Amino acid sequence: MSWVRVFTALLIFPGILYAVPMAWLMLWLERKLRARMQGRIGPPFYQPFFDFIKLMAKNPVPRSGTDEFLMTGLPILAVSAALVALALLPVFSGSKGFAGDLVLFVAFLEVPSLCSVLAGFASRSIFGQVGATREALLSITYNLPFLTAVVAMAYSARSLALVDVASAPALWVRAPVVATVLLCLPVKLRINPFSVSNAEQEIYSGPITEFGGSQLAMWELAHGLEWVALTGFAACLGLPRTGLPVIDASLFGGLSLVIVALLSFTAAGTARLKVVQAARFYWRWGMGLALAALILAMLPGVERFIR
Amino acid sequence: MGPIQNLVRIARRRSPWLFHLNTGGCNGCDIEFSACLTPRYDVEQAGILLVGSPRHADILCVTGPVTRNTRAALESIHAQMPEPKVVVAVGNCPASGDVFFGSPVIDGPLERILPVDIFVPGCPPRPGDLIRGIAKAAVILSERRNGRPSGKKGAES
Repeated sequence: MSWVRVFTALLIFPGILYAVPMAWLMLWLERKLRARMQGRIGPPFYQPFFDFIKLMAKNPVPRSGTDEFLMTGLPILAVSAALVALALLPVFSGSKGFAGDLVLFVAFLEVPSLCSVLAGFASRSIFGQVGATREALLSITYNLPFLTAVVAMAYSARSLALVDVASAPALWVRAPVVATVLLCLPVKLRINPFSVSNAEQEIYSGPITEFGGSQLAMWELAHGLEWVALTGFAACLGLPRTGLPVIDASLFGGLSLVIVALLSFTAAGTARLKVVQAARFYWRWGMGLALAALILAMLPGVERFIR
Repeated sequence: MGPIQNLVRIARRRSPWLFHLNTGGCNGCDIEFSACLTPRYDVEQAGILLVGSPRHADILCVTGPVTRNTRAALESIHAQMPEPKVVVAVGNCPASGDVFFGSPVIDGPLERILPVDIFVPGCPPRPGDLIRGIAKAAVILSERRNGRPSGKKGAES
């Protein structure tokens, strides 16, 4: 992987130049669709951009008993981790990753969630601590089916490189894996019905309650980038590759937006579940789907049997 | 004024986030306040959001006559909001004390405790008046610099 390629992926596509405007577009689309579903008009499309600028121009008020370094560093770490995860996405059929970048991708995808758990405890607020505890609990429940699905995909491709994983596995493995990943998206993005950790009106904003100004702007950006990375991952797994970079890129972006729309409709149509209910859902249905994928990938002779 | 400051000014006007605090009122204004969020008025189309934490907010909307019990909370919440910030007094209670005027358990009206930028009188005020008050507050917010203590007063009827 040459340096030019690394910097193109990190800075242009699917990195900063694509991801940041896309993050704002996705945040807007989610709010707008939710508003339309509730019979409201909803915010104009530039809203997340102006929110970000406004928050960046405000200085947070220091909170006694907290570590300023942690309070500023955690959201920045979350943003950078989400950006690195994005840069690893194999959008083009010709893109060359490296062996093991799947592991790196999954790890970096989990960093924003870990940061928000740490932030909840670092902010020394009761709402932050409740939110962080819930986030940590949910992270255990959804990662089990998510990682099992990823393992099934990797086993089927006999590789730990994202490029092979995104292109190699056959349909009967790919279908349950994509279904599991889609099932895990609402809880990873903390939207209804799994908005347990940042439950608004219940524990305010959960882990990020005590963050203000530029720190909050970074959290909003990290959240938007998580949207781009996770919907992008789901899009990469289900994407047909044409070989033409422009068409591949637009298919990737388009499919990501379709997934955002689906998630918004789910969020608008459901109410928040309890932690226990969310855990039960993921361990029953998520795990069932993921195990089905794993068995289909591992069963000897299943290829011949299905053909 | 540079282009960046200009952008910040527009951004502040287009995305005022509210924190709402009842300081011992009768809940009438709070019900009108919630009406602003419903499909009929839908303040989100103007970028106005109701947030749960004072650290996320730009505008503090106070209802109620500020009782002795709520004064400490009011002051603490106002101190936690990052600059620039604007205070809106919603209803007659924070403006004058209304029917609670002269009561020994009232520390208000609000202006004795915090610098108020906009008054939206009414018992309770209509949601349309409230939205107009918030829109004026957003304009004041956009013209305010970081770190300058708020003290400019306006009147909204």
